[in-house]
Amino acid sequence: MSRLKLFIPVVVFVALALMLWRGLYLDPRTLPSVLINKPLPEFSLPTVESGDTLMSKADLPKEPFLLNVWGSYCLPCLQENPILMQAAEDNLVPIIGINYRDKPNLAQMWLADNGSPFEYSVLDESGRLGIDLGVYGAPETFVIDGNGVIRYKHIGAIDYKAWQDEIMPAIAAVKAESLN
Amino acid sequence: MTFASRSIVAGHRRAFSFLLVAILLLVTLTARAAVDTFEFANDEQQHRFRTLSNEFRCPMCQNTNLTGSGGGVAEDLRREIYLMIVDGKTDDEIKEFMFERYGNFIFYRPRLTIQTILLWFGPLVFLLLGGWLVIGIIRRARSRVQPETALDEAEQERLRKLLKKVEN
Amino acid sequence: MIPELGHFSLILAFCLCALLGTLPLIGASTGNRLWIGLARPLAAGVFVFLTLSLAILAYSFVTDDFSVSFVAQHSNSMLPTRYKFTAVWGGHEGSFLFWTWMLGGWMLAVSIFSRAMPDDFVARVLGVMGIIGAGYTMFMVMTSNPFDRVLPMSPADGADLNSALQDFGFIIHPPSLYMGYVGFSVVFSFAIAALLSGRLDSAWARWSRPWANAAWAILTIGIALGSWWAYYELGWGGWWAWDPVENPPMINWLLGTALIHSLAVTEKRGVFKSWTVLLAIMAFAASLLGTFITRSGLLTSVHAFASDPTRGIYILGFLGFVIGGSLVLFALRAPLMKSEFGFAAVSREVFLLANNIILVVASAAILLGTLYPMVYQAVSGGELISVGPPYFNTVFVPLMMILVVFLVMGSISRWKKTSVSYLKKQLGIVAIAAVSLGLILPLVVTMEFSFGASIAAALGLWVIFGIVQDVRIKISNKRSVGVGLKSLAVSYIGMQIAHLGFATILLGASLTSFYSVEKSVLLSPGESMELGKYSFAFEGTEHLSGPNFQGERATFQVAENGEFMRTLHPEKRLYTASMTPSTEMAIDAGFWRDLFITLGDERESGAWSMTMYVKPFVRWVWLGAILMALGGVVAVTDKRYRRLKVKTLAATKAVDLANAAKNYQPASN
Repeated sequence: MSRLKLFIPVVVFVALALMLWRGLYLDPRTLPSVLINKPLPEFSLPTVESGDTLMSKADLPKEPFLLNVWGSYCLPCLQENPILMQAAEDNLVPIIGINYRDKPNLAQMWLADNGSPFEYSVLDESGRLGIDLGVYGAPETFVIDGNGVIRYKHIGAIDYKAWQDEIMPAIAAVKAESLN
Repeated sequence: MTFASRSIVAGHRRAFSFLLVAILLLVTLTARAAVDTFEFANDEQQHRFRTLSNEFRCPMCQNTNLTGSGGGVAEDLRREIYLMIVDGKTDDEIKEFMFERYGNFIFYRPRLTIQTILLWFGPLVFLLLGGWLVIGIIRRARSRVQPETALDEAEQERLRKLLKKVEN
Repeated sequence: MIPELGHFSLILAFCLCALLGTLPLIGASTGNRLWIGLARPLAAGVFVFLTLSLAILAYSFVTDDFSVSFVAQHSNSMLPTRYKFTAVWGGHEGSFLFWTWMLGGWMLAVSIFSRAMPDDFVARVLGVMGIIGAGYTMFMVMTSNPFDRVLPMSPADGADLNSALQDFGFIIHPPSLYMGYVGFSVVFSFAIAALLSGRLDSAWARWSRPWANAAWAILTIGIALGSWWAYYELGWGGWWAWDPVENPPMINWLLGTALIHSLAVTEKRGVFKSWTVLLAIMAFAASLLGTFITRSGLLTSVHAFASDPTRGIYILGFLGFVIGGSLVLFALRAPLMKSEFGFAAVSREVFLLANNIILVVASAAILLGTLYPMVYQAVSGGELISVGPPYFNTVFVPLMMILVVFLVMGSISRWKKTSVSYLKKQLGIVAIAAVSLGLILPLVVTMEFSFGASIAAALGLWVIFGIVQDVRIKISNKRSVGVGLKSLAVSYIGMQIAHLGFATILLGASLTSFYSVEKSVLLSPGESMELGKYSFAFEGTEHLSGPNFQGERATFQVAENGEFMRTLHPEKRLYTASMTPSTEMAIDAGFWRDLFITLGDERESGAWSMTMYVKPFVRWVWLGAILMALGGVVAVTDKRYRRLKVKTLAATKAVDLANAAKNYQPASN
């Protein structure tokens, strides 16, 4: 073996080590959405507030809005509730809820106890709407534009920093678009 | 203007992130055998269901397939697979359904695309490299072989037979 | 107070490691006999302080000292005592201390069982292990101190050990796995000592073989125990998931297998010298990589500890220093290792070379699959893909099949030169017998043709018949079979046992994948169901109370071909402290097949969902592993032990003579 060839293992190793170093700063756990810039799926579901009326995609707001996936069993949803309540109070954007894999009476009690930032929440008891949205666990929040197209997804509870740095800019950008 | 899909787990307050991790952990640690009671028309459907459920990744778990995952979205996805099989959908259609909603992440068998060519053909390349290395080593070794002084197989066979005679 | 002693003890261990990693190494190159002589005592000292540290941590668990943060996170006052002990390795900090203690154990073993080697060489070996130990202990002191306290507001009780870990498997799997995993640092240290000393003849290979074999055998058991545990813990019959944390020990094992074969060639034939050194470095690199992956949060895994990039950076830096340094040393010194002898294109050396290449290719493929998602994510700007069992099985199985073909050819062929006609003559009949029986047997037993099962059976029989043929040739010139078998070398017997074990795993793994069946049903008490020739009658459940859980215990009457066989009692539990549920499946284990039942949920009607499984040949996977480990151990007990005995005898004789000389009083007066 020529002397230089003996250095191949070192070179390969260094390349590997560099890749591993880079990898340390990636987050392999959160699954980015593949539905960005795709239209919302069709659905027809009752709501938490009124068990009889069915809401569908056509009933959704025609302006940019937030779609929040929540459940009464979900602790982080409780954590982000104040921020959503504040946003609802300030009338920044409409907030529609998807009550995900929950029981209607438990959902109602949760809203009564904690306050509802939602105009209304559709009941996705079977989780089928969640699947169509690529949801894998509450809480998740989508920014939808005026044409019913998904533009941004936030996974996990929204804290103040996420609200300021991600959600608000996302909403602002979508709103700016519709002005052009 | 569009946004790149950056979905980042929130939680900067320590207590909150601990809670989130604890809940995720609770959810994933209860990921035990999934016991569904789906009725299939025949063995082939049952087998298809099991194979698909094994080859899809559970989106919310720490690296488990749909079969090994206890609750939540994994349960719902298995139900959807069942319904699609019973509905007559093909395996490709079911995979497309999953891909539309969860992307490549959901496939434990990565699809062959330009980006995964290195993955799928890498081992073959390694094997060919290895073979080439072996040939090189053999060539060098052959040039070092000293004149044959040891017995070859025919002679060894003779020796063995002679020894047997002697020992008996 | 006591936990602080543990912390202090750990710091002392670090200091001793630092001394061990410097003085004896310098002493060996300068010829300083005093510094060389420090190696063994320092190694013993490291072991003592690591043991003290570990013992104190265990003590903190057993005495429910929740002021120690690690104890509070992983224990609970209601936890059964045996799990309080094992909770020591139930989380990152404690398990790393346990890992390091294993290194101390191997250091002690090397310092004791190394009398047959020159002192300066031993000094270098222990010195390198000292450097490694210094890195590990420093890592703990700086980033992962198991003795951190939660003061002044200590929790009244702990968070409890993860319910999945409150199990027998957790008592035995981590210790054996770590012992084997860490054991490869010994043969690595031997290789580095050889490079440093320039003593690159085949003596170092002879000295390191027992250590390599021992570590390999223990790692085999450790991995097998993990697989067995996963099997009965997870509840759906899976026994190997190609998880990112499982893969590094597998890579380590594959490279270790290549290493033990390569060491044999280097010792016996004086060839492959530099290649063997490189393999020793790579095997240890796999061990460090495993530590890195498990503890840095790099990859998603059910086994991973909570992630922390700081820890990751540290381990990566250590990895870079140790492996990078070793590979540079290798590149500089390897030209000195020239093979003196040659071999023909068809010879045992070549078959073993093929063995090595295939094992290294398999390792590279597994590494590729394990790291690919991370690389893809980095390169694609955030997109995630998954690489799972379908990929790994597709890539790994064919390689193992090729390996098995070469295995038989290699063990029958001769060193230096084997004629092809000889191989054809001896193995032709073996091949024919294996292929024909392989085709016929599955067909006859199951009345169904399965292409895959036939191939698996043929390959398994190829190995078994190959062993029989080889033994037959070896004893063919002996008086009788009995005499012949007794004349076989112990190392040869070990090799054949290990190869038989490998064939057993291959057969078990493939046949179980073809012939396993399962069925899910909803049964009310009094109902029954059938699967294959077995019927399961559900009798109902009763409430169950455990030390730290509540649950339901079900009773099933199982019959085979209509006749009663036994009762099975699967359980469903809820661990009260952590509020996590768990399922305990009921297994009827057998040599030819396993039967088991996993409970699902109770419905309002009182019926339970459940799944029944019949898995033929699955136990062969672990039996095969036991055989392989046994073979590896038997092979080690060969000459080394005898040589040690001879040495001890000689030493005793020398002492006796010295004493006699001292007491001798010449007849005078």
